[in-house]
Amino acid sequence: MPSSTPRSGTDPTGGWRRFREEHAWQIREFFFTLHLLRRNPSAVAGFVIICSMVFLALAAPWVAPYDPIRISLSERLSPPSWHHLFGTDELGRDLFSRVLYGARISLRIGLLVVGIAGGLGTILGAVAGYVGGKTDDVIMRCLDIVLSFPSLVLAMALAAALGPSLRNAILAVAFVMIPKFARLVRGEALAVRERPFIAAAKVSGASHTWIVFHHVIPNCLSSVIVLGTLVVGETILIASSLSFIGLGAQPPTPEWGAMISVGRKFLMDQWWYATFPGLFILVTVIGFNIFGDALRDVLDPRIRR
Amino acid sequence: MNGDLLHIQDLSVRFFTYQGVVRALEGVHLAVRRGEILGLVGETGCGKSVLARSILRLIADPPGRIMGGRILFKGRDMLTLPMKEMRRIRGNDISMIFQEPMTSLNPVFTVGNQMEEVVRLHQKVSRKAARRICVEMLEQVRMPDPESVLRKYPHELSGGMRQRVMIAMELSCRPDLLIADEPTTALDVTVQAQVLHILNELTRARGTSVLFITHDLGVVAHLCDRVAVMYAGKIVETAPVDALFRSPGHPYTRGLLAAVPSVDEDREVLASIPGVVPGLIDPPAGCRFHPRCPAARKECEHLEPAGVEVGKDHWVFCHAGRGKVKGER
Repeated sequence: MPSSTPRSGTDPTGGWRRFREEHAWQIREFFFTLHLLRRNPSAVAGFVIICSMVFLALAAPWVAPYDPIRISLSERLSPPSWHHLFGTDELGRDLFSRVLYGARISLRIGLLVVGIAGGLGTILGAVAGYVGGKTDDVIMRCLDIVLSFPSLVLAMALAAALGPSLRNAILAVAFVMIPKFARLVRGEALAVRERPFIAAAKVSGASHTWIVFHHVIPNCLSSVIVLGTLVVGETILIASSLSFIGLGAQPPTPEWGAMISVGRKFLMDQWWYATFPGLFILVTVIGFNIFGDALRDVLDPRIRR
Repeated sequence: MNGDLLHIQDLSVRFFTYQGVVRALEGVHLAVRRGEILGLVGETGCGKSVLARSILRLIADPPGRIMGGRILFKGRDMLTLPMKEMRRIRGNDISMIFQEPMTSLNPVFTVGNQMEEVVRLHQKVSRKAARRICVEMLEQVRMPDPESVLRKYPHELSGGMRQRVMIAMELSCRPDLLIADEPTTALDVTVQAQVLHILNELTRARGTSVLFITHDLGVVAHLCDRVAVMYAGKIVETAPVDALFRSPGHPYTRGLLAAVPSVDEDREVLASIPGVVPGLIDPPAGCRFHPRCPAARKECEHLEPAGVEVGKDHWVFCHAGRGKVKGER
């Protein structure tokens, strides 16, 4: 971004006006994108879902009527009622509160994984695509090995090897997601590499590292963002699966997958136990997926409008 | 080497492709003197751009490789410099403007951003100082309202503006040599004149040497001090501009000049050189021009012509030399 000299100290509105002038194009573009997104029903639906999830996650301490790990054996396994909207579990903990706190965990997992995998994957892909030759072969073949396993299976193996904990589950899922980003960015980098501004940067004396970080990666970012949105959904699903089989979050953490895992045993008689966490997983994943799809449509200038 | 800023000796570049070895440059000799504008003319595909790119070692390897020769810049052989040194030279001592002003700027950053970047790659200055240099440079290329141009993205500028930004950018570190690879081919004629005028003025004022690559002889006549004519990967003639246009020595040069249509003439068919440009995978032996040459002799078919100085500073690489030229007229 251009160096907007911090002049705003003297004139608070001047700084904002300056910012508006300097970024006029970006602001126009941003509002145009918003406009397109608004006309796209699935984008709106996805966006609303994501926003409500984020809101619920952030506001969980205030919205949740009970402490998510407070045990109240006298109320165990009570069906949904006005006291317990989603009922209670086998230890009498309020499921509604647990599901809300679960949103915090799941969203955090999603963001962390996309951050780690997106960051590493983008760098690896950009280097592979830009440098090419042997470097490209080595990086991409290694990532192909990762990609050749079904992501859930590999994440399971990794999480099991690292030891069951939420942190290890995040690392495992992030590792599995790296090739997705790397492959996408490599493809873009191959195209960007041939564009004349790269040669222009070279004749200006820029180093390869500089070119990768200042020219190649910024030109790939829009597709990384789209993929990132889609991967959040997938990540939440995989992380829940890991927790479901006991390789992720450990009790008493209110993780959706872990809750389903225990609730499964009660499904016949206490349907609410596994149903509500499952419903939240479903809705969240769908939200991220349809929003990601819509974002891709809107950001791609070839198919937009 | 006396007074020569850049001295290219016996440079050969080949590309190893699936179809065969492309001999893009063979034994090229060329000197650029301090402060002069040297035009390099030739048909598409004759190796002009390859020559320009090999000076800055921008030939992708593979498939390309510099097979031999020396490129002396201020007495140092650039072909043996380590990459780090090379990067210091690029942009700082030698910079280059490309053909495509539309795409030579990164679309995701503002113009100011990219110009500052180039300044700060070579000079240890603060962002503010870099910004000031950029504004000065844009003023020098006659950019109206440089401050606002710095805040714009490349797609908001016209082709001529972008090429002026490129010129400003590449001259911002005060290089000694500017390589301009057909900088005005993509622009329309009025903008072209404007850009050439700015380029001429700026480089003359700073004493910057320019290697100006083009296939437009009109531009050459206007702008350059000396001209080098290339044909199929070889230099066939070098001469001061006047001498070249007044008494072209090489049959190819004469063909080129004859092919320039003139307003006064009333011709149905445009003049052209018979035959086609030879492929560089299997170029003709001897003089590469001999299959199309009206003055070809026996020795042209197997003997490479040596340089003959036919006038002051006027070299022709042809067996016929000058005598033939006069005889023909």
